[in-house]
Amino acid sequence: MMLVQKPGMLASVQDLGRHGHRQLGICPGGALDVLALTLANRLVGNADGAAGLEITMGGCEIRFETATRIALVGDGFGARLDGAPLWPCWSVPVAAGQTLKLAGANAAGVKKAGLRSWLAVAGGIDVPPVLGSRSTDLKAGFGGHQGRALRKGDRLALGATALDAARLARRPFGVRGPDGGPEESDGSIALRVLPGPEFDQFTAASHSQLWNERWRITAQSNRMGSRLAGAELNRKRSADMLSSGVIPGTVQVPPSGQPIILMGDAQTTGGYPRIGVVIRADLWKLARAPLDGRLRLVQVDMAAALQAWAEQQRYLAQVAQGLAAAGWTGPA
Amino acid sequence: MPRLHPLGDAALLCELPPPATLPQQQRIWALGAEVQRWAGVGEVLPGMNNLTLTFDPTAIDIDALMARVNEAWPRLSATAIEGRRVEIPVAYGGVHGPDLADVAAHTGLTQAEVVRRHSAADYVVYLLGFLPGFAFMGGLPPELATPRRSEPRTAVPARSVGIGGEQTGIYPLVSPGGWQLIGRTSLELFDPSAEPPTLLRPGDRVRFIVESVQTT
Repeated sequence: MMLVQKPGMLASVQDLGRHGHRQLGICPGGALDVLALTLANRLVGNADGAAGLEITMGGCEIRFETATRIALVGDGFGARLDGAPLWPCWSVPVAAGQTLKLAGANAAGVKKAGLRSWLAVAGGIDVPPVLGSRSTDLKAGFGGHQGRALRKGDRLALGATALDAARLARRPFGVRGPDGGPEESDGSIALRVLPGPEFDQFTAASHSQLWNERWRITAQSNRMGSRLAGAELNRKRSADMLSSGVIPGTVQVPPSGQPIILMGDAQTTGGYPRIGVVIRADLWKLARAPLDGRLRLVQVDMAAALQAWAEQQRYLAQVAQGLAAAGWTGPA
Repeated sequence: MPRLHPLGDAALLCELPPPATLPQQQRIWALGAEVQRWAGVGEVLPGMNNLTLTFDPTAIDIDALMARVNEAWPRLSATAIEGRRVEIPVAYGGVHGPDLADVAAHTGLTQAEVVRRHSAADYVVYLLGFLPGFAFMGGLPPELATPRRSEPRTAVPARSVGIGGEQTGIYPLVSPGGWQLIGRTSLELFDPSAEPPTLLRPGDRVRFIVESVQTT
């Protein structure tokens, strides 16, 4: 069992998402950074799809009532386990009674404001699957822990771990985190984008602004989407759009001209023009991009998008090989 | 022929020219049923006059996928889906439909006449979207069309029946919303523990049954 002593701004149970129900209006949800949760799960001997916690802006405190093993991936928020530093991408044994504390995003000593972290626990968080997933659908109020964000005093059960006692207690080890890819000298985060179905409806000026602006991520952003502020994007002429499918990464432009990049909890269909779509390989960077941070959208073609995806899969395969070679996974 | 355009690196949009009509939508459903049988295709999501499908680019190349859609399209018949008939009881007006008077005022009809016409029409579910189980339905009598409220509500009660522009629909869950609320049903539109989890599916034919009317 684990006890939530402080949830922070928003913490929820998430796995790799609820897929296959879009045509019923049910969003995929799940960990916004699939790469992070996958990595965290592998570090504690879980299947990739085990449920973990998505923690927003730190400020979270969790007491482990049974011995287990944990891994935190994403922003570290100065995480400490009974006072000892817990580094992101490390796998660490936990004794019964130990407490994990993440500092708040604005706490002194936290190097830079981050946004999200993903915590995996050996055995995974044991909540009942709903429609094939343990993810919390916060908007519709089902799945995860009682269909809602975690509150102080919530107790979460852990599933059975595949790790034997020796592995469960093995001394801490870490892996190399994913490569952040193109990062700009001014500190902005570069996301690679394919032109969307309505790209051609926008003016030439808006096209150049889309690729040249340093977009600011506003505080109105959430699990449904990152709302950006910057140049106003305009269509050559405004026309009503019929409802059409949207997926995480879709850059849609409402009448305000300020783009929204949709994320896992976004509705399944939308009625705003889609100027672009962030490639799958870069969605994890968006999930971690801090509020008030800057984004640059970089136009790529399909070949580059698929190559970036293949590189990410190679990275995950290398992690798996490294863990197997160290005797972490596979037969005891 | 639908216009085909990638939606990112693992989804494809197939879109027909407007206006949206039932025969066009029926071919969209038929396309959805067809592509779902293809190796490498994941989910299909009908929109209004369009279909989005997700696919695994390592299993099927986008150019091959687009060629296959173009090749399949002329062979699709518009009658592939036989929707079920679903009757939805509605308590119209009063606390259940606080905007019934506004709809009557806008349309120039009496409240009773709005209810009569709304419940006399046959509706077809074109797609589900926005919220789990939220049905976009065609078939609202044109004279009942009423613009959305200028101030959207922050919390529309679950199971409210509303009119938004030329569409009618039912809110499955408490949610923000700008549609004119004319009534409320006792049926659950979405139950994640049920199989299937939504009351309505694309292609279903819907009638609203008058359970009660309260006019002001």
